[in-house]
Amino acid sequence: MNNIFAYDFMIRAFIAAALIGIIAPCIGTTIVLKRLSAIGDATSHSALAGIAAGLMTGVHPVLGAVIFSMAAVLGIEAVRKSFKNYSEIATVIIMSTGIGLTAVLSGFVGNTADLNSFMFGSIVAISDFEMILTVGLSVAVIAVTMLLYRELFYIAFDEDAAELAGVPVKTVNIIIMLLTAITVSAASRIVGALMVSSLLVIPVACAMIIGKSYKSTMIISIVFAELFTVGGLFASFYLDVKPGGSIVLIGVAVLVMLLIFFRRR
Amino acid sequence: MAAKYEEVLKIEKLYFDYSDTSVLKDVNLTLYQGDFLGIIGSNGAGKSTLIKLILGKLPYYKGSISLFGTDIKKSFPRDKIGYVAQKANSFNTSFPATVKEVVMANLYSKKGLFKRYNKQDEERFYEVIRRVGMEGCENRLIGRLSGGQQQRVFIARALISEPKLLLMDEPTVGVDMQSVTEIMNLISELNRQGITIVMTNHDTPALVEVSSKLLIFCSHGNGEFVDRANLTMEQINQIYAGKRRHNHE
Ligand SMILES: Nc1ncnc2c1ncn2[C@@H]1O[C@H](COP(=O)(O)OP(=O)(O)OP(=O)(O)O)[C@@H](O)[C@H]1O
Ligand SMILES: [Mg+2]
Repeated sequence: MNNIFAYDFMIRAFIAAALIGIIAPCIGTTIVLKRLSAIGDATSHSALAGIAAGLMTGVHPVLGAVIFSMAAVLGIEAVRKSFKNYSEIATVIIMSTGIGLTAVLSGFVGNTADLNSFMFGSIVAISDFEMILTVGLSVAVIAVTMLLYRELFYIAFDEDAAELAGVPVKTVNIIIMLLTAITVSAASRIVGALMVSSLLVIPVACAMIIGKSYKSTMIISIVFAELFTVGGLFASFYLDVKPGGSIVLIGVAVLVMLLIFFRRR
Repeated sequence: MAAKYEEVLKIEKLYFDYSDTSVLKDVNLTLYQGDFLGIIGSNGAGKSTLIKLILGKLPYYKGSISLFGTDIKKSFPRDKIGYVAQKANSFNTSFPATVKEVVMANLYSKKGLFKRYNKQDEERFYEVIRRVGMEGCENRLIGRLSGGQQQRVFIARALISEPKLLLMDEPTVGVDMQSVTEIMNLISELNRQGITIVMTNHDTPALVEVSSKLLIFCSHGNGEFVDRANLTMEQINQIYAGKRRHNHE
């Protein structure tokens, strides 16, 4: 058997995956508990359009993803205001826009293999620039979730009460959305834009089955996400499958097992 | 001598409409520290609307609302106000949060952005949990408690920030009869300890019993602000039915 760590590109992939395994559930906990899971999908499809735009224009695809997905979340917030309590309307509209844009822009991308690797993830040669970008974006997400831990909890649990207690709800909501955009973009390189949203949701779903508090749910979801991303990379390397696929499938398998063992509620 | 009791809430000539319906017309009332205001009225009378106005959630009204002597348009005294909403719409039962996490969250109005909890906050938490009779449930998931227990937790959440005025909109809806009595006793106990209370409830006799002041929305017309002590239950029913006007013509 090959030694997986003998390859420089695998070490990079593991570092990036480990970081994504922390930030995805940090954001995932908040959006799942706020019942905004679908936002991950809408954002990632917009990120894909950004990736296509990046590949087309020569701007780095991950930067393209950051820009497009940020525009998407701000769009969702704007549309959401017009349909209070029907946030799915906003997410579906933005998701359709993202898919539509990807379809149109992909026609102009010379090498569709590149786009394909961003859709399903890839462990091949993460560049220095991508490494720095991933580390930077991850540090930003981790720092903000730690600083705003209490605010995020209160808003997720009871937005009205949080507002009354003086939590700057609108600002924090925008920050959550922007962090979601960043996380989705950072993860698209390895996990693939089409599978990012499941990495936001599945670890949290697993953690909610066994968590005994908000804090433990968050910590457990990080443990699961690490298990899925790192496990997925091993599978990807040794079985020669796309990392996004193996990460998500491991996650789903674990979730199904947990549901069987802890059938309650 | 009058200065002994601090003015807590003063509402003057308050009018409020939702875009198409006029809801409140000329509401006037003043509460001092230690008062217990019961708001009585049928469905759609405007009770919840009035509470939302006091909480500053509905900014477009005519007239004035002052809390602790300051107009709420100038500044809102978050750290002095507690609010307990109707249970059903306040949270999702499978939310993974413990009683402690839920209650401690409301220290925010005292601590503000980025501050961490300290030893005193913990002590304060155990004190309010004892006060609402929920000791031993600190680390239980909120969604696994009974309706009455959940409502006690929400009262504890309001109490942890040491409010001087506690606003409660039908706090006993969806709670079994035994727990209703216990919660009503708890609320009057808090009132005896000096917290001013504003409360709505569809169980009029129970509410009248604990109130010192009443705001009665009769079936047609304005809210009547009256002193409970001066009235018999029969007179209250007459005002409610719109057969009798009390303080102004
Ligand atoms: N968001 C809203 N937009 C428009 N009209 C509203 C809104 N909320 C309430 N109303 C109307 O305002 C009136 C007062 O409503 P409110 O909820 O204050 O009544 P209430 O006294 O609390 O009734 P209940 O006993 O049913 O709780 C009702 O006629 C209602 O239809
Ligand atoms: Mg009401």
